[in-house]
Amino acid sequence: MSELSKLTLAEARDALRKGETSAVALTEACLSEIEGAARLNAFVHVAPEIALDQARAADARIAAGDAPAMCGMPLGIKDLFCTRGVPSQAASHILNGFRPEYESTVTQKLWDAGAVMLGKLNMDEFAMGSSNETSTYGNAVNPWKVDDRDLTPGGSSGGSAAAVAADLCLAATGTDTGGSIRQPAAFTGIVGIKPTYGRVSRWGIVAFASSLDQAGPMTRTVRDAAIMLGAMAGHDPKDSTSADIPVPDFEAALTGDIRGKTIGIPSEYRMAGMPAEIEALWSRGAEMLKDAGARIVDISLPHTKYALPAYYVIAPAEASSNLARYDGVRYGHRAKLAEGDGIVQMYEKTRAEGFGKEVQRRVMIGTYVLSAGFYDAYYNRARKVRALIKRDFDEMFAQGVDAILTPATPSAAFGLGEMQDADPVEMYLNDVFTVTVNLAGLPGISVPAGLDAQGLPLGLQLIGRPWEEGDLLNTAQVLEDAAGFVSRPAKWW
Amino acid sequence: MSIDIDTARRVAHLARIAVAEDDLPALAGQLSGILTFMEQLNEVDVSDVEPMTSVTPMRLKRREDVVTDGGYPEKILANAPDAREGFFAVPKVVE
Repeated sequence: MSELSKLTLAEARDALRKGETSAVALTEACLSEIEGAARLNAFVHVAPEIALDQARAADARIAAGDAPAMCGMPLGIKDLFCTRGVPSQAASHILNGFRPEYESTVTQKLWDAGAVMLGKLNMDEFAMGSSNETSTYGNAVNPWKVDDRDLTPGGSSGGSAAAVAADLCLAATGTDTGGSIRQPAAFTGIVGIKPTYGRVSRWGIVAFASSLDQAGPMTRTVRDAAIMLGAMAGHDPKDSTSADIPVPDFEAALTGDIRGKTIGIPSEYRMAGMPAEIEALWSRGAEMLKDAGARIVDISLPHTKYALPAYYVIAPAEASSNLARYDGVRYGHRAKLAEGDGIVQMYEKTRAEGFGKEVQRRVMIGTYVLSAGFYDAYYNRARKVRALIKRDFDEMFAQGVDAILTPATPSAAFGLGEMQDADPVEMYLNDVFTVTVNLAGLPGISVPAGLDAQGLPLGLQLIGRPWEEGDLLNTAQVLEDAAGFVSRPAKWW
Repeated sequence: MSIDIDTARRVAHLARIAVAEDDLPALAGQLSGILTFMEQLNEVDVSDVEPMTSVTPMRLKRREDVVTDGGYPEKILANAPDAREGFFAVPKVVE
């Protein structure tokens, strides 16, 4: 039965419609894979009863001829999404025991489309991290392995990436504030798309940096990403930043024809010290798109180098405000108080015990850059630089560029613990190619494109015009087909 | 701009995070490192640039000012570490 959990969404959908398998069989296959994969620490809360109930309901819908594309698909859900009655704690100790009384818009849309929730997936605490090492559940482990070391699946959506790559679920939800879908997708050889800001509702997703956060699918193929994004996207009155525009049929956009498209190669992404094999992969990717009929042009995005520092002002500033709600009053952990402690001690002790070190650092940095006297020097300046970063992209798109090709990450997956003694800033460099896309609110997709010399997956990123995810997915699928990435991690867990 | 121990103590308090005195020097060092990294932004000419307020040019939607939800205090309190008689309970705030 384990073969069933390896299906793509498109294959499973077609098999279900033909009656060749059932949602219950798919779900049981995934549950059994999850049970055997404790070593990966990808699933942190499994919900077999909900899953099987939903699977039976999906089978009934399919039998009745009412089967949307996602009907019967067993999914993993990042712990950042609130799911009714199921622990949802953003991988933080401060939300220990939290069981939401409500459902996030994205997951509700997936369940309405007939999808099946297998459980919740590991991640970096509050989505702050690039290696899934800041989680209260412990590290998630990459199913890819080249020696004795356990490798990171990336972060923050590390559990999602590990689960999809290890065939524990057919697809998973992720969220991306600075690269948290695309970097782990690249580290595990899967596809991950961050949609245009506003394409997907943020309601019910634990907020990190509200002006940057977007949810998206993490899947085995570009076609699957198109299918699942269609089910996640759409206007939501409960999220005032969600766009009230129609959701096109993303799968129908996958024509395979990119003749005449203009693909930009930004010179600023050629970083000093970039590994030669990443540079070579990038050139090969450009060749593949050229062979498919696209025009490749060199472009300049002059403010690229300021994206990371701007991000690490803006994201912590927003986080310090969003995370103020974790105060030990309404939900989650409350510290034991000493005799005579007042409410301020309750806040301070609760937050010191509840937040991990990286979250504490970012909340404090955010507090500092928003504090009187520094607001203009840091926060306002960063927002101005953000406007310039967006302007760089706007100008390229105005000149006729349809998509921009870059590496997804500056390296392949690294060993868990290897960055432990590094400066926090060194870890931030993981986001160097992805963070610009969040600052500019654009759609970006990571596509597996090859293996490095050790045999670990590497991804390429395509960045598209706002709201043109369909066109972006089409280009991504051409790249996927040309790259012919079929390697899978050998099962060792 | 480097952060000294007094500033680190003040920021921690503003952020409502208890930090032990012994941990303040290391924290101050890390925060300073991050701020140094951010100082690259000073190289950029931002005169005549408006700070970004919305990444997509959109007007926030307005909705009718009516009650659409509510009426279930037990659900609101279900996750509270301490709830009594229909209220969140906290240490005494008023002397």
